[in-house]
Amino acid sequence: MEAIEILFTASLWAAAIRIASPLIFGTLGELICERAGVLNLGIEGIMTAGAFSGWLAVYMGADLWFGVAVAAIVGATLGLLHGVLVVPLGLSQHVTGIGVTLLATSLCYYFYRLAFPEVTSPPKIDPFQPWPVPVLSEIPVLGPALFQQTPLTYLAFVMVVLVAWFLERTPLGLAVRTVGENPAAAEAQGINVTWVRIGAVMAGSALMGIGGSFITLSAFNSFFFDMMNGRGWICIALVVFGAWRPGKALLGAVLFGAFDAYQLRLQQLAGAVVPYQFFLMLPFVLSILALIFMSRRVAYPRALMVPYRKGER
Amino acid sequence: MRLEPRQSRPLLLVFLLPALALLTAGVICALLVMLSGASPFQVFGLMIKGALGSQFAFLETLTRATPLIFTGLAVAVAFRAKLWNIGAEAQLYIGAVMTVVLGTGLLPLPWPALIPVLMFSAALGGALVLAVPTFLKTRFGVDEVVTTLLLNFIVLLFVSMLLEGPLKDPMGLGWPQSKKVVADAQLPKLVQGKRLHAGFVIAILAAMLVWVFDRRAALGYEMRAVGYNSKAAAFAGIPVNPVLAKTALLSGGLAGLAGWSEVSGLKGNLTLDLSPGFGYTGIVVAMLALLHPLGVVVAAIFVAAVFVGADAMSRSAGVPSYIAHVMVALSLLCMVTAIMFTRYRVRWT
Amino acid sequence: MTRTATGERDTVLRLDGITKIFGALVANDAISLTLHRGEILGLLGENGAGKTTLMNILFGHYVADSGTIAVEGRPLPPGDPAASLAAGIGMVHQHFTLAENLTVLDNIVLGTESLWRLSSRRDAARSRIRKLGEDYGLAVDPDVTVASLSVGERQRVEILKALYRDARILILDEPTAVLTPQESAALFETLKRFVASGLSIIFISHKLGEVLAACNRVTILRGGKLVADHDVAGVTRAELAELMVGRPIPEAKSEPRAPGAAVLRLGRLSAARGLLSLRDVDLEIRQGEVVGIAGVAGNGQSLLADVISGMQQPSHGRLELNGATLHAVTPRAMVASGVARIPEDRHAEGLIGDMTITENVVSETYRSPALSRFGLIDWRKARTRAEDIISAYEVKCPSPDVPVRLLSGGNMQKLILGRVMAEGPKLVLANQPTRGLDVGAVSYVHARLLEARSKGAAILLLSEDLDELLSLSDRIAVIYRGRLSPLRERRETTIADLGLLMAGHGFAGGEDSHAA
Repeated sequence: MEAIEILFTASLWAAAIRIASPLIFGTLGELICERAGVLNLGIEGIMTAGAFSGWLAVYMGADLWFGVAVAAIVGATLGLLHGVLVVPLGLSQHVTGIGVTLLATSLCYYFYRLAFPEVTSPPKIDPFQPWPVPVLSEIPVLGPALFQQTPLTYLAFVMVVLVAWFLERTPLGLAVRTVGENPAAAEAQGINVTWVRIGAVMAGSALMGIGGSFITLSAFNSFFFDMMNGRGWICIALVVFGAWRPGKALLGAVLFGAFDAYQLRLQQLAGAVVPYQFFLMLPFVLSILALIFMSRRVAYPRALMVPYRKGER
Repeated sequence: MRLEPRQSRPLLLVFLLPALALLTAGVICALLVMLSGASPFQVFGLMIKGALGSQFAFLETLTRATPLIFTGLAVAVAFRAKLWNIGAEAQLYIGAVMTVVLGTGLLPLPWPALIPVLMFSAALGGALVLAVPTFLKTRFGVDEVVTTLLLNFIVLLFVSMLLEGPLKDPMGLGWPQSKKVVADAQLPKLVQGKRLHAGFVIAILAAMLVWVFDRRAALGYEMRAVGYNSKAAAFAGIPVNPVLAKTALLSGGLAGLAGWSEVSGLKGNLTLDLSPGFGYTGIVVAMLALLHPLGVVVAAIFVAAVFVGADAMSRSAGVPSYIAHVMVALSLLCMVTAIMFTRYRVRWT
Repeated sequence: MTRTATGERDTVLRLDGITKIFGALVANDAISLTLHRGEILGLLGENGAGKTTLMNILFGHYVADSGTIAVEGRPLPPGDPAASLAAGIGMVHQHFTLAENLTVLDNIVLGTESLWRLSSRRDAARSRIRKLGEDYGLAVDPDVTVASLSVGERQRVEILKALYRDARILILDEPTAVLTPQESAALFETLKRFVASGLSIIFISHKLGEVLAACNRVTILRGGKLVADHDVAGVTRAELAELMVGRPIPEAKSEPRAPGAAVLRLGRLSAARGLLSLRDVDLEIRQGEVVGIAGVAGNGQSLLADVISGMQQPSHGRLELNGATLHAVTPRAMVASGVARIPEDRHAEGLIGDMTITENVVSETYRSPALSRFGLIDWRKARTRAEDIISAYEVKCPSPDVPVRLLSGGNMQKLILGRVMAEGPKLVLANQPTRGLDVGAVSYVHARLLEARSKGAAILLLSEDLDELLSLSDRIAVIYRGRLSPLRERRETTIADLGLLMAGHGFAGGEDSHAA
């Protein structure tokens, strides 16, 4: 009974939204890349780099928002690297993405150790504080869940609308979608496929960077090794689950967050009987199940993972 | 700018470009080292000395290369068939689990029987772990990259659960670790008093077998054909999905052997830090080797030398040993770029 | 070279001394031509004559090694598709460049607005597309996805894309390849309306009849050189043909021959894949005859070919080979039953470009006892076989150890012929066997097919080229929306009859059933 009551508590849903926030950024970022036809497996490393660089900037005295901007710029830079390697050079998107993840992660760890050679407990910063929206935050259940979050969470929701508008309503968004569906069609209409794809990967990677910075600037207040813990890979599964649509991706991320928050609470209830690892496994198992469930139903971008070499037949 | 396929691949280019790639990775790392205030020459000198400078160092490098040869082969075999196995880490751990489940006293066999049984079970365990995503790929069209990645996390949590539960060593002072494998399950050392063990020899044998298999066996041919062009392979009558399934068994099995060799040859028991990312590093090893089975041996020794050398260097020079990870990742990216330039030339239009 | 008195008219496009060299191949050799306002210029030439290269240069996809282009007297910057579009050049590609999952509207407006606008002006665009459609008889619903359109409708979208951009010069690359003869005639009417309203058109084709019917003037390319520039009035097909080919074409003549026993028999065979389907197909092919299947692309030919090559399991009906019913339809079963399969797409299905000639030659037979034992392949024997095929089928290559992707299209096709026909097949499935080949390779393929026929093989020929079908086939059927018409003797068939059938006349549920 208790297990069901939890579902109606505000704290569960507040936690769900909190857990979902970095995933929303990451999923939107991956979604933009994939709509342009580029799989970005660098996401795990790019989110780590966003978490580290944003946190380091704030630690060195910068404003929190400046830290977010640093994370976005670092993300975009790594996106540029991935983009240049896979778009004009046409390298394998799988291998390059893994390479970018390995490189970004190891660079973070290298610089962390360089900056803090001998710390035992990780240095801390003052993170974003909750920012209750007047009036709305007073609504029962919904208020605490949705309107007593940190500003970065609000930004995540705004980004969903902006990305959806961008893709569906703007000429540039149409160009992004077309290069992901049929680059030759875009080329024939005078669109520079290379630049649109690189630009999309950079923009998407910037969002991934911001998603990473949420972890160190909003959810926690310090940087640890392995703190991304597969969130990037989960974002990739969420893109498929969301059928490459921003709105559905948001839904997927929130559902995922709710599930994760729920299993944390169940863990406390059933911890004595069921090993805690079982609960920690569930999000990953859920992602795989979601992929199987969605596998046959969706129209994926037709040119995803297909390199476009001008003039090649 | 346009890339044009080369009509021929000059031999000079085939050797020069990869060398240039490694040099580029080295130069970038040197710049990073300079950020720490140390001299790159001194740091690289210490790394080379720490990896190859003494008998001890060299044997240590070969010891570290052993699991990388197995995971590198696992990745190379899979990538040749364009089966994107990013889950060698999980397969390695399941191989290790099979080894400690059967090798800690459950099977009262003498070593000539026990060791082959353990090898087979470890390989089978690893193979089954990769069989799942491969089935999902062929049956439902689920991208195996994501599923193998996610399985890494699931399997590691599963191992953690076992180590705090049924596999926990009661004498382990509460640490999450398994019992030691019995003496008959342990591999002999190659050099008295050093860590290098017979697993290294078996890894080299495995590489040679895979090479012969790749060149001569019908299945090796089928795997390459499926990897290059699965549609044409299917048209010619090559059964694509069964070939992918066999590829998965071979690849997962090789990764499972990495776990077996680490437990039986080196650590003796299973802990959660059995592999510092050998599965992921296997991808780098395979790509540096251009997916060639014998190249995997060379690439694994190179990568192991970077890690071992960096550990030694870090102790004396104070530059974080993560420089090794940076170097390995950079080598991967530079190498795939170099391979591309051996196949294409740049045309400025 | 004949010059005609057209100099006084407005020149809208002038190409001057265009040369383009790929490696050892001179694709365009100092080509100069002019296009006048309000005319349809036919650009005639065989595959490989340099037509596509020239148009790619004009459109900015390639940069010429030398030579200049001027539109309305202004020079066109090289290598910039956007500049060509801005200068009013619109291209309708042979292979449509449409994004299928996007709407017609999206496909048309793409790239016509500044990319940095915050909102697209979709309503204005929608009404303009409607208006253009009405004005020129090219009506298409702007809000449906391209995937739901027929081939003819897609071509309209391609043309609308150019008109929407106010193209003054329209280039159509082999526009009739995907149309029925009747649809082609309608297209020619539309083109006449365009030129009447002041547009100028370059019409690329290798079909003489079309060029004579649709164009005012014709320019002929051969081997990268411009060999003739004529007014259409007063030239004959024979003259054009000789100019285009440069030597007499050896006509493939199939002597009538008494056919033998049935090799392949399909009985009420149905199959489905995605939107494609085959419905109750009956077909019988006998020893020593060529049966041709005509039809507009996308009516089920590829599915029929896939069934017979073993790539598609039929859902209902019977498939009999050499008198025995085949239950498991797989590529291996087909090869084992003596079916030589020439696939539609050499690159995607026929060969593995990154593998060597030897490896490709044995791809159907590597499991046979002659080539492998205990699961190990004897590569020495395989190489010998490759050498035999290379010499018997005149494949030009440095050695059997080179990757197949380095071969030319014609040599690739010869290699496929060698692989599948060397064993003396009972049935040959030739699916678009000469697509994209130069004339020499085409006649080679035809000769080999007829040779197999004279040795007693049954041949099933699927082709979009009606001339090819009529010259090779003994009997012909038409496929329309997954249904196959009854076979008719070639001697009693005309292009016009086939055209009606291809448009669905005579099929139950077809457009009309007055002409059977």
